[in-house]
Amino acid sequence: MIFGIPVQAFLGQLLVGLINGSFYALLSLGLAVIFGLLRVINFAHGAQYMLGAFVALLALKWLGLPYWGALVVAPLVVGALGAALERTMLSRLYSLDPLYGLLFTFGLALALEGALRWYFGSSGQPYSAPRALTGAVNLGFMVLPIYRGWVIVASLAVCLAVWALIEKTRLGATLRAATENPTLVQSFGINVPLLLTLTYALGAGLAALAGVLAAPIYQVSPLMGSNIIIVVFAVVVVGGMGSILGAIITGYLLGVAEGLTKVFYPEASNIVIFVIMAIVLILRPAGLFGKEG
Amino acid sequence: MNALLNVADLHAWYGESHVLHGVSMHVDPGETVCILGRNGMGKTTTLRSIMGIVRKRTGRIEFAGQDVMAMPLHRTARAGLGFVPEERGIFATLSVDENLMLPPVVAPGGMTLDEIHRLFPNLLERRHSPGTKLSGGEQQMLAMARILRTGARCLLLDEPTEGLAPVIIEAIGNVLRELKARGMTVVLVEQNFRFASRVADRFYVMDHGVMTQEFPVADLESRMGMLHETLGV
Repeated sequence: MIFGIPVQAFLGQLLVGLINGSFYALLSLGLAVIFGLLRVINFAHGAQYMLGAFVALLALKWLGLPYWGALVVAPLVVGALGAALERTMLSRLYSLDPLYGLLFTFGLALALEGALRWYFGSSGQPYSAPRALTGAVNLGFMVLPIYRGWVIVASLAVCLAVWALIEKTRLGATLRAATENPTLVQSFGINVPLLLTLTYALGAGLAALAGVLAAPIYQVSPLMGSNIIIVVFAVVVVGGMGSILGAIITGYLLGVAEGLTKVFYPEASNIVIFVIMAIVLILRPAGLFGKEG
Repeated sequence: MNALLNVADLHAWYGESHVLHGVSMHVDPGETVCILGRNGMGKTTTLRSIMGIVRKRTGRIEFAGQDVMAMPLHRTARAGLGFVPEERGIFATLSVDENLMLPPVVAPGGMTLDEIHRLFPNLLERRHSPGTKLSGGEQQMLAMARILRTGARCLLLDEPTEGLAPVIIEAIGNVLRELKARGMTVVLVEQNFRFASRVADRFYVMDHGVMTQEFPVADLESRMGMLHETLGV
């Protein structure tokens, strides 16, 4: 027993929290990358997550593309769509107040979601996990479904890789510099508009990757993005807008906090993240990892 | 000699505000040209317009025979123009080394890291420090060094001595003289007249968005009275 709760129930909810946290971390990472460089609050992020899952589903139905292929293809397809969107539409809004970017991506998310609801209906469609990831492992203290373990490992690996890309490479240094002063970086001979396009594509691709990972767990539905995006925004705010490390760490922490609240006080599990967000906003408006001022 | 940089009838605007009113100037290869003028006369805007940072502009700017007016900003740098802004533009989230290595090499012939570290030894000692933790003088050296690495043929240098101690100003003067010996072309905007007179070959005087006078360093003595009156120095 842990605090009067059976160990299995406690660890089970911890696992659920970690899995949710994996998706929160991946999605808020993409949001943070996009906000950090483009200063766009990408409300279409949930729709891009949903599109990733749909690309995987349709690629399986129409082309017979298996899960492993979808893990590569869906982020590339959604990333390419994101690049086209940024180049043709979003880039026209950079000179305006960031609110315009938010409204534009919000409208886009509604349009995408509405179109897919009209075509596919609202109910979720099953998408099977690959055979290699089915089944469960008995860890002694709990039974761990292999696919859920894979989601945690894959999410951690991708988050760490993106963090290393941004913090430890020359390309990342260029991205960080462009976040501070894009005009000066461009005056050095760096094609900042292209960098912005690629960054948006990276963010959209990360959302799509999360969508493919989520498909076997939550089913594929046009509403899957709108169900999660508000929580993900709360994660980004708690972590600190634009903070890469903040988005990753806060994603996992809030996922776990949500999971453990389900054990100790289930009625509050749906609001605990927002309560934490409100407290953080009052005590530290820039977020846990954001820079004040 | 064909000018490396040729500017003709350059007008520039910040929003509705008309700042440059037909600037014309030329800079020969290997020359150090200094633009003098009081605050707010358009010196910085001239450099920013040549570089392409100020986009609302008309007129003609040719660099090494290429029309750079229509080029996007990043292409201007690739053509061989390097800009060191007045505020230095050191990135707080990048280390000294990362700041130094940030601009891509645009042409062969730039300084090697060893040469840069010989010229600016402090940058080697503090290579892992965050860029903005350097002193003002060190930040100025870093801002210059990172452009010298790129192989840019012409350096646009905006008030490099502003707010610096005399010993640092002397060091920057030595660097400019070394660059001159290497054949680097420099366009310098400077309020520190004493400093400019030691490094420049030729001067332009700017007043209300136009070049009002041009003279070589040899004529400096005979123009001191006028300069004192015009510049308030």
